[in-house]
Amino acid sequence: MDKQNIQLDDNKRLRHFLSIEGLKRQMLTDILDTAESLSGVTEQSVKKVPLLRGKTVVNLFFEPSTRTRTTFELAAKRLSADVLNVNLEVSATSKGETLLDTLQNIEAMHCDMFIVRHPNSGAAHFIARHVAPHISVINAGDGRHAHPTQAMLDMFTIRRVKGDFHKLRVAIVGDILHSRVARSQIHALSTLGVEEIRVIGPRTLIPSHYEALGVHAYNNMSDGLRDVDVVIMLRLQHERMSNALLPDEHEYFRLYGLTRDKLAVAKPDAMVMHPGPINRGVEIESSIADGPQSVILQQVTHGIPVRMAIMSMAMQSHMPATAREEA
Amino acid sequence: MRALIRNGHIIDPANQIDAIHDIAIDNGRILAVGQIPGGFTAEHSIDASGLIVCPGLVDLRAHLREPGQEHKATIASETRAAARSGITTLCCPPNTQPIIDTPAVATLIYDQAHAAGMARVLPLGALTQGLAGTQLSAMHALKEAGCVGVSNAMAPLGNNLIYQRAMEYAATHQLTVFLHAEDSALADKGCVHNGAVATRLGLPGIPTAAETVAVATALALVEETGVRIHFSMLSTARAVRMIARARYDGLPVSADVSAHHLHLTELDVLDFDSSCHVRPPLRSQRDRDGLREGLRDGTITAICSDHQPHEPDAKLAPFSTTATGISALETLLPLALKTGNESNINRSAILASLTKGPAAILGIEAGTLTPGVRADICIFDPDRYWTLNKNNMVSQGHNTPFLDWELQGQVRYTFLNGQCVFEAAD
Repeated sequence: MDKQNIQLDDNKRLRHFLSIEGLKRQMLTDILDTAESLSGVTEQSVKKVPLLRGKTVVNLFFEPSTRTRTTFELAAKRLSADVLNVNLEVSATSKGETLLDTLQNIEAMHCDMFIVRHPNSGAAHFIARHVAPHISVINAGDGRHAHPTQAMLDMFTIRRVKGDFHKLRVAIVGDILHSRVARSQIHALSTLGVEEIRVIGPRTLIPSHYEALGVHAYNNMSDGLRDVDVVIMLRLQHERMSNALLPDEHEYFRLYGLTRDKLAVAKPDAMVMHPGPINRGVEIESSIADGPQSVILQQVTHGIPVRMAIMSMAMQSHMPATAREEA
Repeated sequence: MRALIRNGHIIDPANQIDAIHDIAIDNGRILAVGQIPGGFTAEHSIDASGLIVCPGLVDLRAHLREPGQEHKATIASETRAAARSGITTLCCPPNTQPIIDTPAVATLIYDQAHAAGMARVLPLGALTQGLAGTQLSAMHALKEAGCVGVSNAMAPLGNNLIYQRAMEYAATHQLTVFLHAEDSALADKGCVHNGAVATRLGLPGIPTAAETVAVATALALVEETGVRIHFSMLSTARAVRMIARARYDGLPVSADVSAHHLHLTELDVLDFDSSCHVRPPLRSQRDRDGLREGLRDGTITAICSDHQPHEPDAKLAPFSTTATGISALETLLPLALKTGNESNINRSAILASLTKGPAAILGIEAGTLTPGVRADICIFDPDRYWTLNKNNMVSQGHNTPFLDWELQGQVRYTFLNGQCVFEAAD
């Protein structure tokens, strides 16, 4: 347990961004502040800053993703980096090449940053432990473990709307067990000091040792949503039905789908979030998803400055002090 | 060869000897302990003052990788590691390639071990053909070829009817069935204990019930068939209590635990350390304590290594996709001694779980220094500290989380059939 946090360099600066767990509150606040200062860039007519000029960012996606990959690509381009998209779900690794071989081949092209999405928990940690020392690794989702940039853009959205974290009650609804988004959100919310984190779902979708995450668990919406300030809905994967975790979508929507009636027990100004893509009529009613309490589209917009912030901070740890000042 | 080991502290749990004596070896067998016959002259004499002299260790579970996976290890390489570790008898599970479901494979293993000459290797035969869980193996022929028991290794059996019949058929031939108690449906794609660490790391968990359901099923079938069952590598405190109850009720069941399950817990997996990726998974602190309690109260009568050497690449991947297992022969004795120190189990009882206990489970004449038996002897310095590292490891597999641990208790000499097969260099 006394192992060094591989996410930080010798000066405790962010080197890799793999998981929220183990990062201090100040680090998360720095990310949010940097994202705030970069959010102006995306609204200018020339939407670029030179923070990553001359750097090459590689999107290494071992699992399909459109939204996350696109926002990372856009974020990297707005930092003036060159971007290479490597889609690995069907390429080298299925030909028997090991993950390390793949990495070394891409490293040999002199890249500076890997954005990694992988179906196995711990893959980003594994890659960070084995890459050349000049490369930063950003986790864009590993198995059920973590999706820390999504969590940070959610924190950014919450801070924009609510201002402060300390008095907030937050409920996360749905498939907690399989959700890397939920795990990262929980770590971020507790590090930022919210008053209470609740998870809501049937017992088949709540981890059996949820208390290890420091959350309260509820099996019904009327108790779980009572007086909450933030409602985070999670996406339900269709395969949960075939795995005998749920009977059908209809029953799920009836019990856990977010409707006007269910939302009524939350605080009147409760905000509604969803990491997308939405299954309308399964997790959430359209009138809520498109309604005034929903911030779902803002979340998408915020993905860009937050990812820009994280990428530029991680890259700075590789620059000598003088270059950092110039940047 | 005639050898004399002088002034050693002899611990022979089978004969309840725990005292300083001389021991004489003649013609590959123990000649005498204590009173050496007048006129005995030794060609080879060892001063064992300050050292413990005990029967050669018997390891119930060691994967030697041969035949079929020689890139991981060979019988020659691993029996050399065994000799270095004071282990003189190794029992290997049937999941070699080809599988030990025909007499020829068992014979090959005997031949290779004999050629290497560093340790005795006893194969377990497959319970079902190809370990596929559907058709019974030719257990009688396997027994004739020297298989000391039968096992389906880690593979599941098709259904409980096949399970019951396999047990009945094994009982027909007085073969002990070695079981790895895991319900494969409940274990599903899990790779760690379903506990706090699985929840935090988002790794798929294997619940405690995967073991307890399998133990309950096995116990019900033992009652039905009367077959002798040995549970390999228990991992949960609950299963230990179930087996304690079954033994109290007089069922013919026994159990072992691996040395690493006595020391590591799910917390050692934090940081996705693939060297701690093992099956059954490392469980909670409470489970580890329960395993130690089972060892203390005699429910568990053997400590095995569950030795699984791998090539480096097998552990270089994201956690759940890495191969399971630890290269464990060289830490068996020091970890067992450490368990004794930490849990207040006396040295004789710990050594019993490495000698007399496993020998009784196998039903072989080993694990004792009784005059007349083959002279398999381990001589170790109980006070010597040493550190295991990749340079001094003898096993071909270097996959162990115990690298750089300071270990207490180092083997100085190992005798197999009265021949010295290992002598420490320094």
